[in-house]
Amino acid sequence: MFDDLTDAESKALAQCRHAILGTEQPMRLDCGVDLGPFRMAYQTYGTLNADKSNAVLICHPLTCDQFVAERHPVTGKEGWWESLVGPGKVLDPARYYIICVNVLGHCMGSTGPLARDPATGQPWSLRFPVVTVADMVRAQAALLDHLGIPDLFCVIGGSMGGMQVLEWAATYPRRVFSAVPIACASHHSAQNIAFHEVGRQAIMADPEWKGGDYRQHDTAPARGLAVARMTAHITYLSEQALQRKFGRALQNRDALGFGFDADFQVESYLRHQGSTFVDRFDANSYLYITRAMDYFDLAAAHGGVLANAFKGSPTRFCLMSFTSDWLFPTHESREVVHALNAAAANVSFVEIASDKGHDAFLLDEPEMFRTLSGFLQGAAGARGLRNGS
Amino acid sequence: MSQPSSIRVDLQLIADMVEPGGRALDVGCGDGALLAYLVDFKRVDARGMELSQAGVNACVANGLSVIQGDADTDLRDYPDSAFDYVILSQTLQATREPRAVLEQMLRVGKRAIVSFPNFAHWQVRLRLVFGGRMPETPSLPHKWYDTPNIHLCSIDDFRALCRDMKVTVERSIVLNRNSRPINLPPLLANLVGEQAVFMLRRD
Repeated sequence: MFDDLTDAESKALAQCRHAILGTEQPMRLDCGVDLGPFRMAYQTYGTLNADKSNAVLICHPLTCDQFVAERHPVTGKEGWWESLVGPGKVLDPARYYIICVNVLGHCMGSTGPLARDPATGQPWSLRFPVVTVADMVRAQAALLDHLGIPDLFCVIGGSMGGMQVLEWAATYPRRVFSAVPIACASHHSAQNIAFHEVGRQAIMADPEWKGGDYRQHDTAPARGLAVARMTAHITYLSEQALQRKFGRALQNRDALGFGFDADFQVESYLRHQGSTFVDRFDANSYLYITRAMDYFDLAAAHGGVLANAFKGSPTRFCLMSFTSDWLFPTHESREVVHALNAAAANVSFVEIASDKGHDAFLLDEPEMFRTLSGFLQGAAGARGLRNGS
Repeated sequence: MSQPSSIRVDLQLIADMVEPGGRALDVGCGDGALLAYLVDFKRVDARGMELSQAGVNACVANGLSVIQGDADTDLRDYPDSAFDYVILSQTLQATREPRAVLEQMLRVGKRAIVSFPNFAHWQVRLRLVFGGRMPETPSLPHKWYDTPNIHLCSIDDFRALCRDMKVTVERSIVLNRNSRPINLPPLLANLVGEQAVFMLRRD
């Protein structure tokens, strides 16, 4: 199960920690399959304090991973949330013990379709069980048990990370002191499922995909995955951001080429996004993780009433959305806020003005940092967490 | 504990009505001055609702639990008796349906604390009767065409509404133009009082 790593997995595992879980007792997934043993790759920053009260779990979005605040072992780029995490930043490792776990089904070291089925010794590929956001969170909870961390000062994440935050708060309310779901929703909308389906169809239409068994054929559906990424990337931006960045500007030319090269800068940009993505992401993983997001529906899992998911919750919530985010628009965050109010939970909600679309949560948004810093300060006071402890 | 920081006198009066250690919702909490006071000096589990996004963001950045919301529409989301106090300070006259808002406040809270400007204040009366113009006073500073205050009432009007709603007035304080409490018979209070603070409870 644990040999036969891809180049990217080897580099990832060499730069982070991992644990083998589910050896004694497999983990029951939502689909009914028992998974075990399985590997969870994770990264930590800072030190767990003596009373174990300063642990912060960062839940990563679809295409990011556990390398939050350091040079990425595969891409060489800086960490995806370095604007937020680091010395002197809002999430300072001098104060918090920060953990980020590569989600189940992903391809940066945690078990997913790249791994081998321990029962058959064959690569899982599409035989890997379909995992859900709840399964991802269950696996994270199992890892925290393994690490002896009873509860979390804060669980924070954006997009799919935000879905995990909501799932954490709903499933393990006593283990979550504060929760910060950013730019997310309690369920994936029809439009979002539709965009994911386009991406999946692009992958599966690539002849190199080979029914998911491309590794056995020593190939990869790179073009399909690149198209999937290009489509998805558009949904992360906004019309204003695209207009501001590119407009109709031409790429390395003075006049239209009357052909199908990347005449426009926006085309060149998307092609670049697509081609670099395939170096760090596995196509089958992309199918599984997008599926997990599509399946997410927190209300459905609680008798159709979202407020039931948060009944009696002791957690302090802070939700944030962005004005130009059309993938997870503000009204979807507000739906969660209404449910939290109906459950009389402690909730703050801020909509941040930004023209950067869904991606705003990954970018330098001073208003987001200010809000988060104030919220964490208040929560730390309530938790009795000392400055710099 | 440090000395209580100073807040507006009318807010201080409201704060004084709140028993320590309970749960309170401040509807239209503005920049969170009252909320912060309740949290810091009365150990109240205090939450806020505010219409302006700038106000909400400022509150949350100060560590207060505040959401963006509208008194007219968003109180419905809260369960019955979720709070010991629901506070509405200087906002009732700007709601679309003041009576419905009061009903919601008294459903969500065991008690409601409401403060509002008195439209029967002598300056208001003089300006309308003798000036022939819509009143502009320190507590009602807007022009008729840009005022957010669409449902103004007098202290006596408010008492009548409470009777009509069969709501018990536990306390009422009338304030003069310096926001100092005054103790006068009702008829005079309705003439001299510039604003009033009421604490209500369901029967």
